[in-house]
Amino acid sequence: MSQADLTMQGHSAGLMEQPAFSVPAKKMAMWLFIIADACTFAACLVAYGFLRNGTPNWPTPFKFSPTIINAMAMTFVLVSSSLTMLLGVRAAQAGDKTRAFRWTMITAAAGAIFAILHIREWLAMIDEGVTLFHNPWGTGLFGGAFFSVTGLHLMHVVGGVIALIAVGIRYRGGRYKADDLEVLGLYWHFVDLVWMFVVPLIYLLNVAQ
Amino acid sequence: METRTSNAHAAESMGKYFVTYVVILALAGLNFVIAYSHADRRTIFVSMLMVALIEAVLGLLFFMHLASEKRGLLWFVIIFTGAVIFGMQYGWTDSTRMEVGHAPYSQATEAH
Repeated sequence: MSQADLTMQGHSAGLMEQPAFSVPAKKMAMWLFIIADACTFAACLVAYGFLRNGTPNWPTPFKFSPTIINAMAMTFVLVSSSLTMLLGVRAAQAGDKTRAFRWTMITAAAGAIFAILHIREWLAMIDEGVTLFHNPWGTGLFGGAFFSVTGLHLMHVVGGVIALIAVGIRYRGGRYKADDLEVLGLYWHFVDLVWMFVVPLIYLLNVAQ
Repeated sequence: METRTSNAHAAESMGKYFVTYVVILALAGLNFVIAYSHADRRTIFVSMLMVALIEAVLGLLFFMHLASEKRGLLWFVIIFTGAVIFGMQYGWTDSTRMEVGHAPYSQATEAH
């Protein structure tokens, strides 16, 4: 059978290209999204850095209690949720659907707790007079930078929680497989890693001394 | 034998995940300590950024399993993300000019 015959009859294993880096297409798609999203967050944080560096009256209003304590709690919750996500993916790979679903829902709950803590902090800051355009402490750029960077991250967390619930339920129903949970896990870990940069740059550089 | 081997492998992996989790938490705690140290602002910023980078690398390698993927994927992620982020750094000279009142290394004008 000639090469032309093979191509005319459709694909054969020998003619199909190997996936890039031997990674399945959906995982590669998630990695490409993560790279793009990492660049988006980097752009926001670098722009924040430009503003902060070039503005003489940048406020440093974050007191240890309650703001930094809240940031510690949020960090603990988010990092722990990465661990629970890992446990869920491992259970899924071992074929234990019940445990995988339970750990996925625990991860979603942790994400929801993070979001609630974050919104609570936002409301407290708004109560103190911080808006997108002015605040009682210094340059109005502070509020815009703070709410936009943390808001972008919060949006990713909320989207991740929704995805965890949807994919978890469909996984339990048999529509999705273990590798779908693994791909979603990549996104969730990425959201956690971004927080590792948001905390020092947005919160800890602006602690009230 | 196979079950014992796969159980041992699974236990080893879980151990690795827990150790990575604890190390990442400890590094996050370290950042909070650095923030309240009495070093100058630049030292605090650089230290915290380095700690955050280490946390990110640990998360990438172990939580996101990049260490067990093909090396090509690891380099792909590092090179493309790194190149874009590196390219964003062009604005620091402008930012510094706003802080000091004139472009770095230039002659200060009379207005300043």
